[in-house]
Amino acid sequence: MSSRKSKSNNLIQAEYLSQVQGILRERFCHQSPHSNLFGVQVQYKHLIELLKRTAIHGESNSVLIIGPRGSGKTMLINHALKELMEVEEVSENVLQVHLNGLLQINDKIALKEITRQLNLENVVGDKVFGSFAENLSFLLEALKKGDRTSSCPVIFILDEFDLFAHHKNQTLLYNLFDISQSAQTPVAVIGLTCRLSLSEDRSVRDVLQKHFNVSKSLRSLHTLLMLALNRVTPSHPFMTAADLMEANQLCSMDSKANIVHGLSVLEICLIIAMKHLNDIYEEEPFNFQMVYNEFQKFVQRKAHSVYNFEKPVVMKAFEHLQQLELIRPMERTSVNAQREYQLMKLLLDNTQIMNALQKYPNCPTDVRQWATSSLSWL
Amino acid sequence: MAYRPTRLRTRQTYSWVGKPLDRKLHYQTYKEMSVKIEGRLPEIDLQVGQFVLIEGDDDENPYVAKLVELFEDDSEPYSNKRARVQWFIRFCEVPVCKQHLLGRKPDAQEIFWYDYPACNSNINAETIIGHVQVVALAPDEVIPMDLKNEKTFFVKLSWNDKKFKPLPPEIFAQLDKLQEGNRRCQKSMEAKTKSTESPSWTTAEHVVKRIESRHSTSKSRQAPSHPVTPRARKRLELSSFPRTHNTRISQQTSWASLESPGRMKRKVAFSEITSPSKRSQPDGPQNSSPALKTPEKAGEIQQCCAEDDKKASPDGCMILRTRVLALKTTETSEERTLTPVSGGQKSLVVPSVNLKPEYIKKREAKETVQDEATSTPHRIRRKSFLLTLNRIRQQLRFLGNSKSDQEEEEFLPVAEISDSDSEEQEASTPPLPRRTPSNVSRNLQSSMKSSLQTPSKTPKKTPEPRTPRHATPRIRSRNLAAQEPANVLEEARLRLHVSAVPASLPCREQEFQDMYNFVESKLLDHTGGCMYISGVPGTGKTATVHEVIRCLQQASQANDVPPFQYIEVNGMKLTEPHQVYVQILQKLTGHRATAHHAAELLAKRFCTRGSSQETTVLLVDELDLLWTQKQDIMYNLFDWPTHKEARLVVLTIANTMDLPERIMMNRVSSRLGLTRMSFQPYTHSQLQQILVSRLKHLKAFEDDAIQLVARKVAALSGDARRCLDICRRATEICEFSCQKPDSPGLVTTAHLLEAVEEMFSSSYITAIKNSSVLEQSFLRAILAEFRRSGLEEATFQQVYSQHVALCRMEGLPYPTMSETMAVCSHLGSCRLLLVEPSRNDLLLRVRLNVSQDDVLYALKEE
Repeated sequence: MSSRKSKSNNLIQAEYLSQVQGILRERFCHQSPHSNLFGVQVQYKHLIELLKRTAIHGESNSVLIIGPRGSGKTMLINHALKELMEVEEVSENVLQVHLNGLLQINDKIALKEITRQLNLENVVGDKVFGSFAENLSFLLEALKKGDRTSSCPVIFILDEFDLFAHHKNQTLLYNLFDISQSAQTPVAVIGLTCRLSLSEDRSVRDVLQKHFNVSKSLRSLHTLLMLALNRVTPSHPFMTAADLMEANQLCSMDSKANIVHGLSVLEICLIIAMKHLNDIYEEEPFNFQMVYNEFQKFVQRKAHSVYNFEKPVVMKAFEHLQQLELIRPMERTSVNAQREYQLMKLLLDNTQIMNALQKYPNCPTDVRQWATSSLSWL
Repeated sequence: MAYRPTRLRTRQTYSWVGKPLDRKLHYQTYKEMSVKIEGRLPEIDLQVGQFVLIEGDDDENPYVAKLVELFEDDSEPYSNKRARVQWFIRFCEVPVCKQHLLGRKPDAQEIFWYDYPACNSNINAETIIGHVQVVALAPDEVIPMDLKNEKTFFVKLSWNDKKFKPLPPEIFAQLDKLQEGNRRCQKSMEAKTKSTESPSWTTAEHVVKRIESRHSTSKSRQAPSHPVTPRARKRLELSSFPRTHNTRISQQTSWASLESPGRMKRKVAFSEITSPSKRSQPDGPQNSSPALKTPEKAGEIQQCCAEDDKKASPDGCMILRTRVLALKTTETSEERTLTPVSGGQKSLVVPSVNLKPEYIKKREAKETVQDEATSTPHRIRRKSFLLTLNRIRQQLRFLGNSKSDQEEEEFLPVAEISDSDSEEQEASTPPLPRRTPSNVSRNLQSSMKSSLQTPSKTPKKTPEPRTPRHATPRIRSRNLAAQEPANVLEEARLRLHVSAVPASLPCREQEFQDMYNFVESKLLDHTGGCMYISGVPGTGKTATVHEVIRCLQQASQANDVPPFQYIEVNGMKLTEPHQVYVQILQKLTGHRATAHHAAELLAKRFCTRGSSQETTVLLVDELDLLWTQKQDIMYNLFDWPTHKEARLVVLTIANTMDLPERIMMNRVSSRLGLTRMSFQPYTHSQLQQILVSRLKHLKAFEDDAIQLVARKVAALSGDARRCLDICRRATEICEFSCQKPDSPGLVTTAHLLEAVEEMFSSSYITAIKNSSVLEQSFLRAILAEFRRSGLEEATFQQVYSQHVALCRMEGLPYPTMSETMAVCSHLGSCRLLLVEPSRNDLLLRVRLNVSQDDVLYALKEE
């Protein structure tokens, strides 16, 4: 009876736990507009003030929000827009245009998208007709007709702003900023970018007024917490420091070391031979023949556990390493080039090799010895 | 219609009577000429000194003139038989805005001696329709009732385009004398033409007759009212095209040389251009879209001026008004139905007799086009552009009818009747290239206007999918009014916004004056020219040009300078350099065309004589964007103003002073000329003055603060925009830092310093300071590696080993390769580092995008 009860208790507990896990996962994975802003309150206040001035007073503004990836730029602007739209007098008065440099890869597409989002008169259904030139002059005409007091303010949000700066002549940016600097329809141009060097661009420099910097990435933190969360089970109901450490290790694991762990002994031997060649020739590129000779020397003089493989077999192992991208040809492989003499480079660092060898399961002792010193067989 | 066959056969033969009085090479004068109309016995004799009716645009109201000379001129291309006339003008031909000058209601039969020597009086003799009687009266005399028949006109006053004057005594005497002879002649004529009804020309009676003839289809015409062959008419049209009276005299002198070949070419070109409309057009006459495609010149000018006239006009009843003669204008469209038919050929000699008002010629063009409008589909195959004209005319007719209905009663709506007349003429005409583009343009323009004013009537308004062409560009208006600034700081911010351009630009008085003088002199001289304006951004180039134009527009309203048209294009607002032609054409005429076509039309407009009516001022902003490999755009822009008749003033703006030398070919920069103006960056005192002038009577800034920002910006760039932006940001900071929102204090030096700091501080240093520990140590490793190798570049592997070494030295756990790679690419995405594509893996090369000193400085700070 009691064991049964505890069993059902366990079940209920597990259910609760999975629910909690679900909620937390969702919070980590999705940007929720309900979450609080930390560390960017000043910037947030600044931004919201600026947006309000555009929306309520009809003053044109332009902002560039700069910060590394995952620093909360998009979250910041989303929060600000959400709060802005909650103000009653604003919500009906403001038009929003969202553009992304990764989607609108040239001005032609961007213009169509703007026209579509503004729902101007040349939009039929979801399509925008007319040539690029027509659309541009139409849009400019539309924006020009407005004035500060009577027309609806438009908020342009340009994600991946730096990509817009690569468009030919920067036509879109010039015109947007030109509108913001002349007595036309009030606009707020908000750029989001992770590139700091934008301020060197000609037309953008004029309007670079504010920038925000948030340190470190939130996204990596979320990933870390996700991994730790997955370890929470009914038997282990609370996250501990050890969990986090483990998750961190998982996150920061060297991906190449993992590949090395799965290699055969022959392949390990070849990598060690390459390492020695690198040491001897100071990072000069090598070819298969050199590696094979080095390997031969080792097998003939020292090795007890390593079988003297035939050359084609070694070649096969060598090619496998190339497929794994642990070694890389210096030049492109041509059909008639002799594969034995193609120059290669090793894409592993010495420390990586040594670390991997230490963890390599069942590594023969003589191979390990050979790895530490190329002259150990003498 | 039933009477067409009879009309078709009607053919007039013009022949000289008697021997030539005077014989020169290509030139013989005659005293008399006879007109023989096929199928009718009596010939009409035309003698020098008689009054005649001359075919014009309006069949109801042909032009009235006195024959001065009859001669044969072999050098004329279309007709050798020429006549020189002294024009009379009907009241309805007087520009509407001048009609009130008469000060009384004119008699129906009253005409005016046209005392305007510049008017062309050399006409094609074959456009003469018949005799008419003209009686000279003293200004206070009452028109005698017994003479009041439809074939008699009365002259009391003369009209010289400016005012009505009593007839000069010598002319009065001359007219009286002539009258005698005329009567004599008339009598003999009547005797001759007993059997046939003499053509009746004016008044409602005639109209009624025509209406009858039109409505009873079986009834054939009693007397063909135009004893003119259609061919004659065509020729007339060919040789008549509008010109401005300012240029007329010079044109006349050069007439002979330009007469035939050049114009022929133009006409041919025109018919080529319009021909596509034939293909695209179904037979239905209701569609007006080809009208939009036809080339048009000077359309919008008149259109907008017409609006002005309307506003300025004292009598509000004139609804449809185009431009007025004194302002080089056209005429009302209601007049269209009333104007007399008359021929306007240009003459080389005897300028004293030149009397024909220019607008008659313009109207001619309009009329003839209008006449053709009612043609039925069967005509379509004949001439491609007739199709286009068709549509236009349809619109015009709508308008003409509705207008004349509500106008004075004596003007009857006769448009349809005259239409049906000319239609037959059209049918019997061999296809000749005969219209100058400007003729058409006038029609297009008026049709556009009519469509503007009576939109419900125009066939253009058929429902169709909305494309940019028909959509009105507009952002929807806001529901709630924008709030006005509540406190001093907000007010200051509003004034400091770059968009708030002041009424006059401080510190640019000299530039303003120079530019004003330049444009004004070009306007006054009726010439063209180029000016190149250079200066770094934010030095007030565009604003100064705008101010100059504004002042000139005011001056032209006050009649101090001739009216002009202002067009602005911006190189940055074009998708492609050649689009500039499209934009210019559209702003000039309101018409769309492809870039190539637009270039042709513009070249035609600016390079052919007499086509433009008033000066065009063209502002080309961001000129450097119009650079193409061939430089054809710049070449054209600078070449057009050099044409005498183009009357084009081009103002170009670019940032670099040496643009002409640097990127232009010699032949382009030479056309640009030497008129250069360079805007120097503002000095700190000028910037201070600008700020003070903007903040006039507004105590928001400390005086020191203004001086500080002015000096800071002047030291860096002298960009006024930047200066204003900093001040605006400072007001924000001030408001933000202030605790009491109601009464924020003044903007102090501290606030401004903060704003300046924000604006000019390097974002890189901030970014490095805020980066993570791993990122910072990676940067350190890069610096160490650079120092070790002595190069400014290293592979990732080298930096990594350096990184590991550093970590060992500091006793830190060193990161794995993958982590470090992530850090590296992160810094690369921020452009703190310049990295190769990551497929190179360990071998990718890393460079710093910031100076090493900056990195060191930023890392040391903590």
